Amino acid sequence: MSENREKLLEIKDLKKHFKVDRNKILKAVDGITFDIYKGETFGLVGESGCGKSTAGRTIMRLYESSGGEVHFQGEKVHAKKSKKELKKFNRNMQMIFQDPYASLNPRMTVKDIIAEGIDIHGLVKSNAERAAKVNELLETVGLNSDHGNRYPHEFSGGQRQRIGIARALAVDPQFIVADEPISALDVSIQAQVVNLLKKLQVERGLTYLFIAHDLSMVKHISDRIGVMYLGSMAEVTTSDALFEEPLHPYTQALLSAIPISDPILERNRERMIIKGDIPSPIDPPSGCRFRTRCPFAQDICSEVVPKMLEEKKGHWVACHIYNDKYSDQFDVPNVPSSMGIPIN
Amino acid sequence: MKKILKVNDLSVSFETYGTDVQAVRGVSFELEEKETLAIVGESGSGKSVTAYSIMRLIDMPPGKFDGGTILFNGEDLTLKSEKQMQEIRGKEISMIFQDPMTSLNPTMTIGKQISESLIKHQNMSKKQASSRGVELLKLVGIPNPETRINQYPHQYSGGMRQRAMIAIALACNPKILIADEPTTALDVTIQAQILELMRDLQEKTGTAIILITHDLGVVSSVASRVAVMYGGKIVETGNVDEIFYNPKHPYTWGLLGSMPKVDSKGEELLAIPGSPPDLADPPKGCPFVTRCPYAMKVCRNNMPEYTHLSDTQKTACWLLDERAPQVEIPETAIVGGYKQHV
Repeated sequence: MSENREKLLEIKDLKKHFKVDRNKILKAVDGITFDIYKGETFGLVGESGCGKSTAGRTIMRLYESSGGEVHFQGEKVHAKKSKKELKKFNRNMQMIFQDPYASLNPRMTVKDIIAEGIDIHGLVKSNAERAAKVNELLETVGLNSDHGNRYPHEFSGGQRQRIGIARALAVDPQFIVADEPISALDVSIQAQVVNLLKKLQVERGLTYLFIAHDLSMVKHISDRIGVMYLGSMAEVTTSDALFEEPLHPYTQALLSAIPISDPILERNRERMIIKGDIPSPIDPPSGCRFRTRCPFAQDICSEVVPKMLEEKKGHWVACHIYNDKYSDQFDVPNVPSSMGIPIN
Repeated sequence: MKKILKVNDLSVSFETYGTDVQAVRGVSFELEEKETLAIVGESGSGKSVTAYSIMRLIDMPPGKFDGGTILFNGEDLTLKSEKQMQEIRGKEISMIFQDPMTSLNPTMTIGKQISESLIKHQNMSKKQASSRGVELLKLVGIPNPETRINQYPHQYSGGMRQRAMIAIALACNPKILIADEPTTALDVTIQAQILELMRDLQEKTGTAIILITHDLGVVSSVASRVAVMYGGKIVETGNVDEIFYNPKHPYTWGLLGSMPKVDSKGEELLAIPGSPPDLADPPKGCPFVTRCPYAMKVCRNNMPEYTHLSDTQKTACWLLDERAPQVEIPETAIVGGYKQHV
């Protein structure tokens, strides 16, 4: 990634804590830092409960942050804003949700769903203009104009996700957070939606934050990827580097856990299966959060929280193995080749 | 290899709002001892209904058998009474489900849920059943089984619940295990653990597995044979290498092409346009005709017969007819080793 590319978003030490009980705090996102460049797709991956969706929502200010900052084109997202300022601001960021069944109001027609943002922001002058805009959006996402008068229940999952995309595009945003936009869809329909998202990005110069747990799909769509584990960021790099040379043991485990749809490769793979489950974010392990499942963990891992370090250019990793101060305490692990596939 | 299950021309439909939804339309397959047969397809393809029919877990009505037989040990399961089926379920054929939270009973301890079938089918005493339960939990890799056996499902994590469900299913050493999307609700690292466990257990116990899934990665990782279902029919079947490296049905191509490859450099995915057919009014000919880029006139009104490509692979597609034009598999659907393999 060239460094002179324009940063659209800078996320600095962002935190989001939820109070779950009188004395318990769930630290869903606990200090993550990364940048999103203009025009790129940044993929955020991790297992359920790692805080990736909370991160996406906090970045958009659907949640107020508990600490840290988000800068959108240099402007603080979480700064105090009047309603008017906030409204203006919201136009630039839109969201596509996971569940195409729950995220569309069943009592509104499709054209009203799509035009809601247009109406709120007063983007059109007449009804005719509004109708024309809606029709154009429907066609952009591969539906046709007579779909506008129907209700969401008349559509299939893939079509509903297209409606959700049209709604997000309606206010001409610069940045779209897509929170697991394809995981509720069938494989063949997933490909349709992913192709559509890519096409729209090229045509409109959009920037995406693509949140998903399906690593192979994330790799396919993203330029850069951040891997989250239990509220913290483990590794950030380009999607090629992440797959070719994963540095963090968690990333390595995650990659080697993906079943590959190629039986011969699959049979000959070297697997690194990590034991156990993701711990509770209410009472996370001290030090490195992955240490309870990490095959290389040493004493230092429970004592010191690893810092994000730039191990290679543009390749950031939070693991003591790569910190010169501690690296002699580790048996330098034999880093498995990409996804555990034997290299001939 | 001995065949332990023969499904022959099975048809199942559901009566809804005065129309019949023909969920399964003439499905035939056999299951051999110790093998893993994967049934793949999208939602609505009839894969789950086929599996539930074998267990006779379909509510009738609204469901009904429209024909066909399910032969297990030479006996037709479609003719069994509910009482006779209770002797088979859990003992000879058992099932694990997609969502381990909703398929375990939240008011019973895990131990009690394992004991249930042991006491019923194997006439064990409570004490025997409980010690066997501990063994089973150990077998499926649950730490501290002695404590865990007295806990309730909510005290287990998602992956552990799935392990517990596998323990329950395997309690009576069934001949067939039907796994309906067993890892879909799990995270990828947990999925890897469960798939590893299933491979392991099959080696130890020799149970034949029918795996229902939509994830081709899972298929390539555990299956020995694959049946691809679409619109209530099996459109292609073969062993796992044949399906991945020498697929002949355009729908199988579509499935393979819509998954991103490991070494993908962001090329466009091969999306299958449109959506699956409405089985309340199923197409007369090939069910894939409306989405198939190679559809011909004949496809519309005539269901193709199976063309046998090898002892194990057969495909129902008119493209394989000698009068049809030669069509090459699209580049994006070619799975890695394909070129070396053929």
